[in-house]
Amino acid sequence: MNNLEKLKKAFNEALEIPLEIINDELSYGAENWDSVAHLALVASIETEFDIMLTSNDVIDMSSFKKAKEILEKYDIHF
Amino acid sequence: MTSIFNLEGKIAFITGSTRGMGWATAKLFTEYGVTVILNGIHSQELLDQRREELKKDFNLDADGFLFDVGNLDAAQNCYNSIFKKYKRLDILVNNAGILEDNLVGMISKENIQNTFSTNTTGIIYNLQLAARLMSRNNSGSIINISSLVGRVGNEGQVVYGGSKAAVIGITLSAARELAPKNIRVNAIAPGFINTDFIKPLPKEKYEERLKSIKMKRIGQPEDVAKATLFFASDLSAYITGQVLGVDGGMIL
Repeated sequence: MNNLEKLKKAFNEALEIPLEIINDELSYGAENWDSVAHLALVASIETEFDIMLTSNDVIDMSSFKKAKEILEKYDIHF
Repeated sequence: MTSIFNLEGKIAFITGSTRGMGWATAKLFTEYGVTVILNGIHSQELLDQRREELKKDFNLDADGFLFDVGNLDAAQNCYNSIFKKYKRLDILVNNAGILEDNLVGMISKENIQNTFSTNTTGIIYNLQLAARLMSRNNSGSIINISSLVGRVGNEGQVVYGGSKAAVIGITLSAARELAPKNIRVNAIAPGFINTDFIKPLPKEKYEERLKSIKMKRIGQPEDVAKATLFFASDLSAYITGQVLGVDGGMIL
C-alpha cells in the first residue's frame, strides 16, 4: 500500500466514508468530519504512519489536501 | 484471575512526580504494576534519584522528563518520546502545581501568569496530548489535581483558588467530550496535605488549619495517592466527571 492509499484508508476508517469520495476537496465540516471525528482521524493517521503530530498540525489539518502537506513535514511523501 | 484494579502493565505519566503527592502516587502506582513515567521541573539530579529509587525498590526502569508543564513545545517532545517508546498511554495524572499566597492588592502580574501557566494551562496541554495517545486505544484515565481551595476559596489564595477552580471546569468539560472515546476524566481536591506547600506556614496558621479538619490529622501524600489509584484503576471504570475531596472533612 502506498502513502496515498494509506492516508485514504485512515480517512475511510475514521470518518466512516467511502474511499471514492476521499479527494483533495474533502474538508473539515463535510461528511462525518466533525470535531469528535477529527480526534479519531488524527489517531488513525498517526497509527497508520507511526508518527505523533504536533498540536498545531492537528488544528491545521482542515482538508485531505492539507493533511498531505502536513505529512510531508514528517517525511511522508505523496 | 485479573485484579480488580487492572493496573498491571499500564503506562502512566505523572506530572510533578519528584516530590509530595506526585511522588507518593508514582510509588503506589509502581507497587500495583504500573509503568510510571516521571516529570520534574527544577532538578535533574532529584529526577534521576527518584528513577534510581524506583529501580531499587520495584525494579522499574522509569523514564523521567524534566520540563515545565506550561511549556507546550517541551510537553510535545515528552509525549513524542512516550509515543516512540510505548506507543500508548493509559493514565495521566496532572499533578504539577505551584502555590504562592498573596492578599488582594498584592497580587502581581507574574504571580498570576506563573500560577495559571502551571496549574491551569499545563493541565490543558497535557490533557490534550494524553487524550490523543489514549484515543488510539479507546481507553484511558486522566486525573487532574485540583484543591479544596478551588471549591470553597480561602483568603490569600485568589490566584491559586482561581487556577484550581479552573481545573474543575476543565475536568467536567473534558469528561463529557472524551467519554465516547472511553477516556475518563476526574479530579481530586486535596485539603491540607503534608507537602512542601505547607512548609512556609507559620505555626499558628498550621494549628488553625489543623483545627478545621474534622478527622483531626493532616493529610498525607499517600492519602491523595490512594484516591488517584482509585480513579486510575478499574474500580472507577464507570465514573467520569467527578471531583473527589480528599480532605479529612476539612472546613475552610
